[in-house]
Amino acid sequence: MISAPEPSTQFHTDADRTTADEPRRAAVRKALGNYKVARGKTESAFTSWEHARDAAAAIKYEGVNHLDKYLREFEEKFTARGGKVFWASNSAQAREYILGLARERGVKSIVKSKAMTSEEIHLNDALEKEGYAVVESDLGEFIQQLMHEPPYHFVFPCMHLKREEISALFERELGSAKTDSPEELTMIARRFMRRHYIDADMGISGGNFIVAETGMISITENEGNARLTTALPKIHVALIGIEKMVPKLADLALLLPMLATAGTGQHLTCYNSIYGGPRQPGELDGPEEFHVVLLDNHRTRLLADPEQRDALHCIRCGACLNVCPIFKNIGGHAYGTTYQGPIGSVITPHFRGLQDWKHLSGASSLCGACTEACPVKIDIHHHLLHNRRNAVQEQKVWWERLIWFGFVELMKRPWAFKIAMRLAPLGQKLHALVLGTPLDPVGAWTKTRAFPQAAAQSFHDYWQERKAARK
Amino acid sequence: MNGDRAALLARVTEALRVPAPLHHEKPSKPATHSVTAPFREWLPPVGASPAEQVALFAKQSEVLRTEFLECPSPEAAAQHLGKLAQEHGWKRLAMHRGRLADAVAASLPGSLELLRIDGGYEKNALEACDAGLTECESLVAQTGSVCVTARSSGGRALSVLPPHHIVIASRGQMVPDLAAAYEHLAGKYGATYPSFISFISGPSRTGDIERILVLGAHGPKKLTVLLVP
Repeated sequence: MISAPEPSTQFHTDADRTTADEPRRAAVRKALGNYKVARGKTESAFTSWEHARDAAAAIKYEGVNHLDKYLREFEEKFTARGGKVFWASNSAQAREYILGLARERGVKSIVKSKAMTSEEIHLNDALEKEGYAVVESDLGEFIQQLMHEPPYHFVFPCMHLKREEISALFERELGSAKTDSPEELTMIARRFMRRHYIDADMGISGGNFIVAETGMISITENEGNARLTTALPKIHVALIGIEKMVPKLADLALLLPMLATAGTGQHLTCYNSIYGGPRQPGELDGPEEFHVVLLDNHRTRLLADPEQRDALHCIRCGACLNVCPIFKNIGGHAYGTTYQGPIGSVITPHFRGLQDWKHLSGASSLCGACTEACPVKIDIHHHLLHNRRNAVQEQKVWWERLIWFGFVELMKRPWAFKIAMRLAPLGQKLHALVLGTPLDPVGAWTKTRAFPQAAAQSFHDYWQERKAARK
Repeated sequence: MNGDRAALLARVTEALRVPAPLHHEKPSKPATHSVTAPFREWLPPVGASPAEQVALFAKQSEVLRTEFLECPSPEAAAQHLGKLAQEHGWKRLAMHRGRLADAVAASLPGSLELLRIDGGYEKNALEACDAGLTECESLVAQTGSVCVTARSSGGRALSVLPPHHIVIASRGQMVPDLAAAYEHLAGKYGATYPSFISFISGPSRTGDIERILVLGAHGPKKLTVLLVP
């Protein structure tokens, strides 16, 4: 068995590959260029987008910082209306519960709407291993499922693919005719999926918000696939991270437009649905059972870090990816994470280990575009710095410490500094001997750039000379 | 069986012992309009008069590619539906019972077969319908959205399974924004909300292929909103 590469090795290999793939990058740039225009237009329709951001941040702050209280409130309200809550500490518990439910109820086929939490816990693999047919109904997720690839972007799963590639994929997997029309490709998926909605006996969804006040979950989508997934099968399971909490139903009146604006540049996405239980007496359809799986999976680890707790305010709009110069160049797969881009770089170290994932926090220009784009004001780029600091504090590298110790001692003594400056040109002569070899101590730099030459005369000496000449 | 409830809640409480710093400003102005939605004034402006709100809804409908039509009466609305039926070759229309829906149904051409789903329905039969006619809870001017619920609009599937969704609403159902729509629901249902509430903004859509807009991804390809006095 070939073992998977270390996350940082995989990251650098994949990042290098995408960076060299100019046509792919052009496709990503084009897709995101449209986003920028649409978002700008929608944002400017707000009386004050900045005040709206503050208000949205305040709502999420309240929900996350009193999470225990609101989780209890949600559970009470939700179960009172016939819903079932399952509390999962980790991915194994969540998978086991859903598998157990499928087994117990004699489920045969499962239809899924988009849920990043299910990517996080590798739910499809677990279900398929047990023999259940699982089909992703969101168009982008469906394409990625057929590609046997994880989503490229957590809002736009197949934004990196060109229509020819999707047409070839459908030809191969679904036996459809070749076409270069996005509309025809969409209709192929639509026709294929219809049967699945009707035949499936379990529908699995994610959730964008948990509403404590009324015991509901809210799902935002454009295609209608989540609505069908939650309307027709007799069991509905929603898998949601605990941090999706908002205190009041009315809070959605702000968060839904902001999610749409920041996510896709729409005023409101096509369907914003709220689910408060299974089919109620007097209603003519809907599932008989509604289970909400509340997922921790290390979210409480991030919650326990007050400095970065606001990263849990994230509403997964994907805006920070869309504006990120790093994402645009290295693409979504290089990250190797469920959540890509700046927010993924912030939270993944908390979820999966700082030392293994600290390299993501280094892959940043710290331009702050992510922080500026965030509709709930997460201090994203500073958290990247916090991760870097924490990684070093947690595991100090002896030679790095030695170098810094030497540097400090040198800088404290002007005479030592002067000697060092005199020796620099000599050092550079010696450097020329190892330039381009593995012995080059600054090889990472000189691989792609010339090392600056030390001046023949220091500024200090020049100034002294100039002063003397003027006298 | 509810899983790791105690352990999970204990971890949450423990994690929250140290308060987090604020990265945002506290709301700089006191709430003026409403207690439940103090953020209202930052959202895109909506006119105060009903006429302005209808005009804004019409404008948003155009952007969303919703067909929006003001009709003088339910009979006129039925006439428009008859035209659509002829144009698109509809054979069957699914609908639920309701004051407005029934008024429209009474004037529909006899050639159009009606599937009434109030007593339950067969999924394949509903799927085979050419259109679904529903009432709604409210129309939201700010976003051009139609608020439907399991109670007001014939359950969950009628408004999403057939390829053309038709909404019949009266002028009095127009509300300025989402917050007002929630207030209306809270007032109407109290603690017994319908199990399903949805804000529909235009026909189903996707941009998943090269970010190019395609209508009718999985839900209706067309949405028609008919407004009667």
